[in-house]
Amino acid sequence: MTDGARSATRSGRTPREVATHCPYCALQCGMVLREDDAGVSVHPRQFPTNRGGLCQKGWTAAELLDHPERLTTPLVRDPATGTLRPASWDAALDRVVTGIRAIQNDAGPDAVAVFGGGGLTNEKAYALGKFARIGLRTRHIDYNGRFCMSSAAAAGMRAFGIDRGLPFPLADLGRADTLLLVGANPAETMPPLVRWLTEQRANGGQLIVVDPRVTATARQADLHLQPLPGTDLAVANALLHIALTEGWVDREYVAERTAGFEAVRRSVAAWWPARAEQISGVPVADLEATARALGTGGRVIILTARGAEQHAKGVDTVSAYVNLALALGLPGRAGSGYGCLTGQGNGQGGREHGQKADQLPGYRRIDDPAAREHVAGVWGVPADELPGPGVPAYQLLDSLGTPDGPRALLVFGSNPVVSAPRAGRIERRLRDLDLLVVADLMLSETAALADVVLPTAQWAEEDGTMTNLEGRVLRRRALRPPPPGVRTDLAIIADLAARLAPDAAAATDAAARFPADPATVFAELRRASAGGAADYAGISWARIDAADGVYWPCPTEEGSDTPRLFTDRFATPDGRARFHPVDHRPAAEEVCAAYPLHFTTGRVLAQYQSGTQTRRVAALRRAAAEAFVELHPDLAGRLGIDDGDPVRVTSRRGEFSAPARLSAGIRPDTVFAPFHYAGAGRANSVTNDAVDPISGMPEFKICAVRVEKA
Amino acid sequence: MTARVVIVGNGMAGARLAGELHAREGDRKVTVLGAEPHRAYNRILLSTLLAGRVDEPDIELTEAAGHGIDLRTGVPVAAIDRAAREVRTDDGERISYDHLVLATGARAVLPPLPGLDPANLPERVVPFRTLDDCRRILAAAAGARSALVLGGGLLGLEAARGLAIRGLTTTVVHPRGHLMERQLDPAAGAVLAGTLADLGVTIQLAVPATGVAADATGVRLDLADGRTLHADLLLLSCGVRPDTALAQAAGLTVRRGVVVDDQLRTDDRSISAIGDCAEHDGVLTGLVAPAWAQARVLADVLTGSDPLARYRPRPVVTRLKAAGIDLASMGDAVGGGPGEELTFTDPTRGTYARLRIRDERLVGAILLGDNPAVGTVIQLFDRGHPVPTDRRALLLGRALGTAGAAPAASPALMPDAATVCQCNTVSKGALVRSWRSGARTVDAVVAATRAGTGCGGCRDAVGGIVDWLSQAEAVEVTR
Repeated sequence: MTDGARSATRSGRTPREVATHCPYCALQCGMVLREDDAGVSVHPRQFPTNRGGLCQKGWTAAELLDHPERLTTPLVRDPATGTLRPASWDAALDRVVTGIRAIQNDAGPDAVAVFGGGGLTNEKAYALGKFARIGLRTRHIDYNGRFCMSSAAAAGMRAFGIDRGLPFPLADLGRADTLLLVGANPAETMPPLVRWLTEQRANGGQLIVVDPRVTATARQADLHLQPLPGTDLAVANALLHIALTEGWVDREYVAERTAGFEAVRRSVAAWWPARAEQISGVPVADLEATARALGTGGRVIILTARGAEQHAKGVDTVSAYVNLALALGLPGRAGSGYGCLTGQGNGQGGREHGQKADQLPGYRRIDDPAAREHVAGVWGVPADELPGPGVPAYQLLDSLGTPDGPRALLVFGSNPVVSAPRAGRIERRLRDLDLLVVADLMLSETAALADVVLPTAQWAEEDGTMTNLEGRVLRRRALRPPPPGVRTDLAIIADLAARLAPDAAAATDAAARFPADPATVFAELRRASAGGAADYAGISWARIDAADGVYWPCPTEEGSDTPRLFTDRFATPDGRARFHPVDHRPAAEEVCAAYPLHFTTGRVLAQYQSGTQTRRVAALRRAAAEAFVELHPDLAGRLGIDDGDPVRVTSRRGEFSAPARLSAGIRPDTVFAPFHYAGAGRANSVTNDAVDPISGMPEFKICAVRVEKA
Repeated sequence: MTARVVIVGNGMAGARLAGELHAREGDRKVTVLGAEPHRAYNRILLSTLLAGRVDEPDIELTEAAGHGIDLRTGVPVAAIDRAAREVRTDDGERISYDHLVLATGARAVLPPLPGLDPANLPERVVPFRTLDDCRRILAAAAGARSALVLGGGLLGLEAARGLAIRGLTTTVVHPRGHLMERQLDPAAGAVLAGTLADLGVTIQLAVPATGVAADATGVRLDLADGRTLHADLLLLSCGVRPDTALAQAAGLTVRRGVVVDDQLRTDDRSISAIGDCAEHDGVLTGLVAPAWAQARVLADVLTGSDPLARYRPRPVVTRLKAAGIDLASMGDAVGGGPGEELTFTDPTRGTYARLRIRDERLVGAILLGDNPAVGTVIQLFDRGHPVPTDRRALLLGRALGTAGAAPAASPALMPDAATVCQCNTVSKGALVRSWRSGARTVDAVVAATRAGTGCGGCRDAVGGIVDWLSQAEAVEVTR
């Protein structure tokens, strides 16, 4: 088995080969990259998550390495013409540093903000957080993971005292007697994961899917619940109500391992199934069948994903499913549990090491004095020099260029012009900035607005670690160096830090503090995370190489890692998991006469996130070229819309247009569109920017619209 | 705004109002006076308690207490002094209010039968309304082997089902020609009676009771047709009557219930009424959903968070859901009149559906038994949304229209453009082309096309196509 890079020449007869992982989603499928005279090719590899499978995104990932649209030189906006023009790195970085200095001198350190991404390696996420706090001395850093699994993270923290997407190995899915997927569509978002679902059903397990659409995943389910978007919480409370009335609550587990059940028991007493039925449209009989499968199965797993989480009540919705799991005694029981399907490639690691507005490395709270002391010690600065918590992503983006908001923004690995809710407004905010700097591989829609664009290395050109949806830390390995003119994000951060230093001595100091070498950064990350919730202290690259990754927490090199959490205790002060009573509440925006339809967004198999990468891959473009509006034939008939007709979707916040796709698999009161596309087909032009009060998650998954023939 | 709010009643309506007030901003003192000595409980779960499926703590509801809410249980109110703006408790305590809310609920109606003294009910004869009633029934049911239930309405049937689950031989006596005649038509009533019979509940229809006799050993119920029924226990479920005594004594306008306007005010602007005791627009609700809607509106008005809030009744959905029974009835399902009518009956399987449609909207429905569309029907009715063009979707639910396209019986019939592998967008045509280019095994075809390398779900289909190509080789390849 090949796990390290084979030495070989860049070109010539000896093929160069490296075992690494796919650049896209959190499944982080194992793959081998091979470079020979014909170019770079992708080969699937046996790895415990994908077991030799790859979807079309992974197969075609290498196409971007030598893509004609790839950025290979910095771009700087010409003040005279207003256009982006190629520039030297010196000129581009000077422009950035001069701009930052001027703005911070004028308006203070917080006038510069940083926006990261869940696709960045652990090393980059860590370095970016550190750079924001002690390089820029700003409290304003957040990332697009806020739009991903932040609601599940917050609910996990408050219930279990720790947030790891899956607290057990993925392989457990294949052995579950009952598997409940809530708002998850892995058949489109992470297809190789479906191998585990197939295995589960081959083993006689029952698969239950909760989704407003008959998705590719729902089609495989033994039972599909099709609720109105935004009513998953009512469904969960009714399931727990039924579990109570049928005697399926694990009273012994509740007594020994949890706290707070009484309040939840009383709150779900008010959620008799017929009440949830009227709100969600899920028949009582189906609620009962689901509760029975969960309550009487041996190994039972409940998973949530974006469908349940991307709501202004996302945290409470996840808490409702966590309550259900706890009442049934699942978390910590072998083969059972609750988990969240993390989306982005390093969505898990990206939230652990300091990209989040309120966090420091190791999943530490930035307002915790002990955490500040520890991290400041590793960074070699006094703790009181660390800024306090910033604001969550949407609030940050929405404040840009306003009188009280940051005037400069540095974006790494994100494309909020496409991915943020109410995207038209965010686009205007970005335009209002004095300085927008974007580091990316391609000229994304956000980069196209920038004053300075910095071309960065791709996944096959860098080393580092990623933490997948199981909390398994993996090695990303470089096949080849970046092409001339392209630098790694770490090198860019190091260079900026040095240039921002006031004098030569300070510049030397900064260069030492911000190494561009990922192995050096990881060694420091280990020390910074030591003792934190996400403790990487015992994880070395060598140890990852020797096994199929290492599960955090892993505090010592000698000690074992943690494939399964919660077997003995939860990560709370008293070791008990916490119930939280939660109540259903209506969507932030309800339908009305002017906007009579529910709108929801999601993904298609051949595109990834904002499409900066996948929309540029020919095969993926052929497979999913443009946005579409999925609607039920009954609704289409009433609106006079035929399949393929261009339609316009309008909300209070904006509109987008795309061809109609008629499907009997969607509720007639709901329309759907994928959010991967830009321009006229940008679904996020209409989405709601109401956010969850705890997680800051925007309400991507439901708003009120009207639909008409364009 | 209002400084001192006194709520009389800690049932489903009163407790909910306290919670609604608790959740809203503002500085106020709320006193809740519950006549029953218990914590607030969910009346809907009493039949589940009767069935022995849950214990008393499991039916407790979230109570708003503390933070300006003074909750006092076991404190019946004796009178209202409107002039002094005070209520007087049975103990003689006087409690001042700026605003008074009556949430006194309803009481079980006891039928005027010889042998039945409302003031002195025998131990084995119990109405079914409160937790204390439930306790008495359970006490009487311990050691009992049979039970009679007088009244075949919603609550009576739920209770009968609960007693049957406990193992009691249970008989329901109903004076009308079919069960739940307010919600069901005779056909549905007949199907329901059949379902109940299968669950061990005997039904006696169209026969009024004429007398009751009870002693320490059992109960006898005399029927109008001359028969007598014997059992260890008689449960009375003959309807409820709003508890309006306080309002009446205080001189408020009372018809069947305490009359309230759209803001739930009585004719005294300082007094409101909600829930089972209130009569709005000539209608008594008797259900939880409208009571909670009233609580929300009243909280909006009292706290000033929406001073113009108005209670707008929504169409009522009646749902009987007990183990083995699945019944939904809504709107005007029984009456005739213009419009379309759809019915489906499968008495053997206990399934019945009747839908009434006018102007593309549901005006009433009865769904009994296994009706997968019940959630859809309820939402369409509740929201007044247009019904599907193909009405069968309402009767057959998920069985219609949502199934994935069936795979073609033979690969030969599959169009070339058909996508076989979704994960890698591989069409049948691409698989055939790979074969023609020399791939001769499943593995070779997979390697050439990447079909089956994602979720793996199409491997069988790819195998089928390779088999077909092998057999048709002479025809296909030489062409």
